[in-house]
Amino acid sequence: MSTAAVQQPAGVKPATMAQALQRAMHDAMADDPSVHVLGEDVGTLGGVFRVTDGLAAEFGDDRCTDTPLAEAGILGTAVGMAMYGLRPVVEMQFDAFAYPAFEQLISHVARMRNRTRGGMPLPITVRVPYGGGIGGVEHHSDSSEAYYMATPGLHVVTPATVEDAYGLLREAIASDDPVVFLEPKRLYWSKAPWSPDAPAAVEPIGRAAVRRPGRSATLITYGPSVPVCMEAAEAATAEGWDLEVVDLRSLVPFDDETVCAAVRRTGRAVVVHESTGFGGPGGEIAARVTERCFHHLQAPVLRVAGFDIPYPPPMLERHHLPGVDRVLDAVARLQWEAES
Amino acid sequence: MRKSSMSVQELPGATAYRPTPPPAWQPRTDPAPLLPDPEPYRVLGTQAAGAVDPELLRRLYRELVRGRRYNTQATALTKQGRLAVYPSSTGQEACEVAAALALEERDWLFPSYRDTLAAVARGLDPVQALTLLRGDWHTGYDPREHRIAPLCTPLATQLPHAVGLAHAARLKGDDVVALAMVGDGGTSEGDFHEALNFAAVWQAPVVFLVQNNGFAISVPLAKQTAAPSLAHKAVGYGMPGRLVDGNDAAAVHEVLADAVARARRGGGPTLIEAVTYRIDAHTNADDATRYRGESEVETWRAHDPIRLLERELTERGLIDDDGVKAAADAAETMAATLRERMNADPVLDPMDLFEHVYAEQTGQLREQAAQLRAELDAEGETR
Repeated sequence: MSTAAVQQPAGVKPATMAQALQRAMHDAMADDPSVHVLGEDVGTLGGVFRVTDGLAAEFGDDRCTDTPLAEAGILGTAVGMAMYGLRPVVEMQFDAFAYPAFEQLISHVARMRNRTRGGMPLPITVRVPYGGGIGGVEHHSDSSEAYYMATPGLHVVTPATVEDAYGLLREAIASDDPVVFLEPKRLYWSKAPWSPDAPAAVEPIGRAAVRRPGRSATLITYGPSVPVCMEAAEAATAEGWDLEVVDLRSLVPFDDETVCAAVRRTGRAVVVHESTGFGGPGGEIAARVTERCFHHLQAPVLRVAGFDIPYPPPMLERHHLPGVDRVLDAVARLQWEAES
Repeated sequence: MRKSSMSVQELPGATAYRPTPPPAWQPRTDPAPLLPDPEPYRVLGTQAAGAVDPELLRRLYRELVRGRRYNTQATALTKQGRLAVYPSSTGQEACEVAAALALEERDWLFPSYRDTLAAVARGLDPVQALTLLRGDWHTGYDPREHRIAPLCTPLATQLPHAVGLAHAARLKGDDVVALAMVGDGGTSEGDFHEALNFAAVWQAPVVFLVQNNGFAISVPLAKQTAAPSLAHKAVGYGMPGRLVDGNDAAAVHEVLADAVARARRGGGPTLIEAVTYRIDAHTNADDATRYRGESEVETWRAHDPIRLLERELTERGLIDDDGVKAAADAAETMAATLRERMNADPVLDPMDLFEHVYAEQTGQLREQAAQLRAELDAEGETR
């Protein structure tokens, strides 16, 4: 028996992130009758990305409900359901279609616990497929995480692996706080060996993961940019760089400990995300790292982000999205000359 | 008028056209039974008043008198700096009181910021009810304990909450009804539309009470909607609309009680428009003389909800001078207690700011709490 065979017992086949997410909701619904899924096309169709496939058939329309097409109404009614003790999991069909629900999210979902001094927490999970790279036409590729991060009271979580997709979504649904669960669209069909019958336990929301240890510099990233950074790290070995990749997994709470420990080890950092650079998460991350690790830094913390433009049409999106070359260019600008 | 009578078949070169009949169409709901009455429903001063339980009328009266006094006392507290702001419901007490009395204990009330009185009439502590407006916290009571949602400031955003809660209760098999309160201005908000639509599609046990008090701050109803009435909006959602005189406490109570009973037995939602008038300005910070004339206000003062009910009770011998005095005395006692309690400064702990943001404080909140703690300690040392 090979080592690989030991780690992957018989029956473990490749699963997609979409399947792992479906399984997470399925298992949460089976374990807890208060878990309800609602959204547009989540019932009979199983969601436009098929992430809720089969849930209505198994648990009934009352547990997995096709709602009218109105995002504020979906989230607003979910608030009422949570007030009565249910645990709603809401699907926003696409990032940009979640905007009508902003008022409910910001004025109520994020504040209700605080408003009522803990009397009425809202355990709502808001699933939002986000990000580009799928050839989507306008309004189908936004990276909206910065809006959510700027709102106290919300957790903001995004998986980058099949295993995390299951584990983090289970954690999100089990959380007594509202969680904005950002699903990287272009990773929905990414595959990894994963057994739905023995899913690995994940740490609680709020812990980053070191995906690749390295000594030269740290790439801090999340969601759809994690595979880009992993690829960049592989390519960088040809240049003699041994890059570390930190997958944040959770933007709120932010894991300063893991991130700063990594940066202190390497002394150099690049933040990589699709969201715009100006006012994007990278600015906050760079500031936090600089405030905490200044004396360990050999170079300014750099950002590789989407341009500060409205998301481009699909035929031009490859110029906008941070790719391997742009990441390596940034790494090259980390003042290596000072070392020689 | 069509200029040519030539049909498609007669056009030169056209092939014979045989129309396929479209799939059968019929209205999904008969709209006729959903339509509101042609004018607001009234009970006081009509024959219908004789059928109302005299004890209910007396109770409504006592609550109206108490409610009016609560409004004047709260407004006075703003002038003394004891309240940050107070949106008065003077003139609308019939709606406020009837809303509270039409519900069972297990039901839920979803008030807007002008509905403090409805919460108090439901039994909420008058001081706790004013927490938001005093500004010592946002909500001063446990919503689950009283089944009163937090007084809601962003207009109409509490309506979908009421729908969701009612829907959840029905899914759990509980015969709980939610009553959601909104003003005429709020009916223009998108959340009003979405809430009514969800409620009707889900047949949720929810009642929407619109208090049409004539103004959204300064903007009159004519600039808010072109609908025949706000109650007519119900028809578009497939639910019944009811139009009621909002200053007639017996009528508002009856219409609300009917709608609540209908919702409770699975009949679905109802939209009620109560036609009333905001006698005071929008809040103590508003100047109503900039947008309306005194003569209009006087017309409505003549249709005062307390006087309407008092006339009914005295003319029919259902209350005597002692009864009127007892109601006034009880209101005075409530006001005196409220005044006294509100004159005490609330004890605030600034460290509470970091509690209840999340179930567990995040690292950055712990850091910020420590910073504030240090600032407070330093303040204490220099004091």
